[in-house]
Amino acid sequence: MTDATALLREPWEHFERQQRAGKFGIWVFLASETLFFGALMLTYAVCRVEHPEAFAAAGRATNIWFGTINTAILLTSSLTMAVASQAAAQSERSRTLVLTCLGLTAALGLAFIVVKGFEYKEDIDKQLIPGAGFALSQAAAQLFYGLYWLVTGVHAIHLTIGIVLVVRLIVLGATRRIRLRENPEIEVTALYWHLVDIVWIFLYPLIYLPGRAS
Amino acid sequence: MSDVVLAGELPFPQRPDYLAAGSTLRSWLTTTDHKRIAILYAVTITVFFFMGGAAITAVRLELFVPNGWFLTSDTYNRLFSFHGIIMVWFFLVPSIPNTFGNFLMPLMIGAPDVAFPRLNLFSWYLTLVGGAFAVYTLIAGGVDTGWTFYTPFSTMFSNTHVLTAAAAVFVVGFASIATGVNFIATTHMLRAPGMTWFRLPLFVWSIYATSIVMVLSTPVLAISLMLVIAERWLGLPIFDPTRGGDPILFQHLFWFYSHPAVYIMVLPAMGVVSEIIPCFARRRLFGYDFMVYAIIAIAGIGFFVWGHHMFVSGQSPYASLIFSFLSFVIAVPSAIKVFNWTASLYRGQISFNSPMLYALGFVGLFTTGGLSGLFLASIPVDVHVTDTYFVVAHFHYIMVGGSVSAFFGALHFWWPKITGKMYPESWAQFAAITMYFGFNMTFLPQFFAGYLGMPRRYHTYPAEFQLYNVMSSAGAAVLAAAYLLPLMYLTWSLLHGKRAPSNPWSATGLEWTTSSPPPPNNFDMQPLVDRGPYQYHAERESAGTDAPEVQNARSLR
Repeated sequence: MTDATALLREPWEHFERQQRAGKFGIWVFLASETLFFGALMLTYAVCRVEHPEAFAAAGRATNIWFGTINTAILLTSSLTMAVASQAAAQSERSRTLVLTCLGLTAALGLAFIVVKGFEYKEDIDKQLIPGAGFALSQAAAQLFYGLYWLVTGVHAIHLTIGIVLVVRLIVLGATRRIRLRENPEIEVTALYWHLVDIVWIFLYPLIYLPGRAS
Repeated sequence: MSDVVLAGELPFPQRPDYLAAGSTLRSWLTTTDHKRIAILYAVTITVFFFMGGAAITAVRLELFVPNGWFLTSDTYNRLFSFHGIIMVWFFLVPSIPNTFGNFLMPLMIGAPDVAFPRLNLFSWYLTLVGGAFAVYTLIAGGVDTGWTFYTPFSTMFSNTHVLTAAAAVFVVGFASIATGVNFIATTHMLRAPGMTWFRLPLFVWSIYATSIVMVLSTPVLAISLMLVIAERWLGLPIFDPTRGGDPILFQHLFWFYSHPAVYIMVLPAMGVVSEIIPCFARRRLFGYDFMVYAIIAIAGIGFFVWGHHMFVSGQSPYASLIFSFLSFVIAVPSAIKVFNWTASLYRGQISFNSPMLYALGFVGLFTTGGLSGLFLASIPVDVHVTDTYFVVAHFHYIMVGGSVSAFFGALHFWWPKITGKMYPESWAQFAAITMYFGFNMTFLPQFFAGYLGMPRRYHTYPAEFQLYNVMSSAGAAVLAAAYLLPLMYLTWSLLHGKRAPSNPWSATGLEWTTSSPPPPNNFDMQPLVDRGPYQYHAERESAGTDAPEVQNARSLR
């Protein structure tokens, strides 16, 4: 395995071209994902403009500690993912470094899901689910929480997919069934991972900060 | 398949083609060959087409008499809803891109396959999963919201299977996105040496533009359906006005996808017609560059006209004004295309083969549909005809008259390439003409009925509209017969047709330089491209002496 031929796939003749196509393809997909989350955020924006006070009150009912801790966790995972991707791209770096960083990324992603689970449990205990017996008095606060459950749920599904993709790379790489060095799949996975954490960077202020600034 | 080749019949291949590369069911279900995946799609959407057609046959029968005679209003609602959902998402959207796009786009740009072959197969499986949800919905009792799933009816009042119907569309949307990503990457990364952007056949341009529309609009549909599912299933109040939600928001999100979706259906059709007309007129396509710019303009402006579906929804009049203006604007590139097709016919040596008949039918029907679209872009007229049969006639002219005509045109044009068999031409011409007349007989009366006030979606109507409805139902019977004809003679041609040479129409595209059917890797040698498409040299010299010079200029780009 002296050159990249081991990573070459149909229908490509040159590895570089295949690598560029993979990157290009994931960027197109990320553009699509941006509109997916964009439509959700538009819905949020419309509802918030229509009911500013209810959204401020609902925003204050969220637990900012869970949100902030999760932001820190996810941004750190972004760093470890970037290191893994860069280390894999450079042939002189060791595969241990790549595997370690991928492992850290998966672990941090999992930690996010666990913290989110605790937060969901608290939300359920505090009766913050829209419907009968909803905790807050303002009717439109239910809108906020409806969107809260949807966006965080969709984000968590995306993150779970990301964790599965990273774990797949770890398993295949550690058992030497794929080569990690110069493997374009790592960069493609990393780009997807970064989309997931960028989305969270928008969700954090939308969910936890309304009503807390003034 | 018999592969007996007589000595001297050199045009026919002597090596395995993609159809002979494996005959087990497994070899088909695990294939990553774009040509085989195209066949899988073709079979799937044909089944959906006839399911949707069966549903609307019952509807047209019911409308034969003013007060209905064999359907309850409930069954009627479920039938037209099923018809719409199946035809829009499981036939029209995937029809040309996923079958002919899949089969031809790599061939036309000189590529061995699409950029991500396994993703391509995956998106077919997603289509099957979505289709399973749709069929389950029908078996479980159907859905009565219409294909638009308008809230708050779909979320609060309908007692039918909205959840599984919305899930069907949600899942098939992902198939659309995956296909779009694949085609965009293929067009960018896999063009043969010399295949510059302005040497791409217009079919490739239109598939490329369609893919961009798919990738950027489908996720918004996915979200709006997800919100409907969440509201109906989990009781979230997003679109419920009694709990602070906004039902108009659904329409904005829905039409942000569903208006561009019209261009997902029509742009590929335009691409097909742009391939067929120069071939059978033996003329260079007039104004190639402008055709490209028009495709890009339609794809771009298509994102900004959704509000004309909402003139009566209570949106701000200023928004309506802007959407009205933009809806007029999008007619300009469409008109450019019609003018250029017409100009390509001028002084051509036209042969009225069946693909050409379908293509000319497309131009006529698309123009009628497009001009009636201007009525709907104009606010006062739109207010008058909203939710009447005028609208039904308009979008059927575009989506069925346009898209389906072009689909059949493509089927006949590339059938020899895809199957390696020729079909009986006179039968095909007969079917094409019957389809054109059947279509006009079905939908032209609906313009009048609608303008005079017959509302859509009703299963009874005042007796004064009976004449129009009887004409329409009779036309539908003719149309149905015309749709069944190709099924028969094309199946016949598979079994008994003459073997097709690699280029039966003397066409100029790259796909005609490989054998019919093509080998698994498309080309024996990497093609090199040194000129633009549509270099038909049978033009009459009297047309002007500068034609060769113009062609040289293009080949230098």
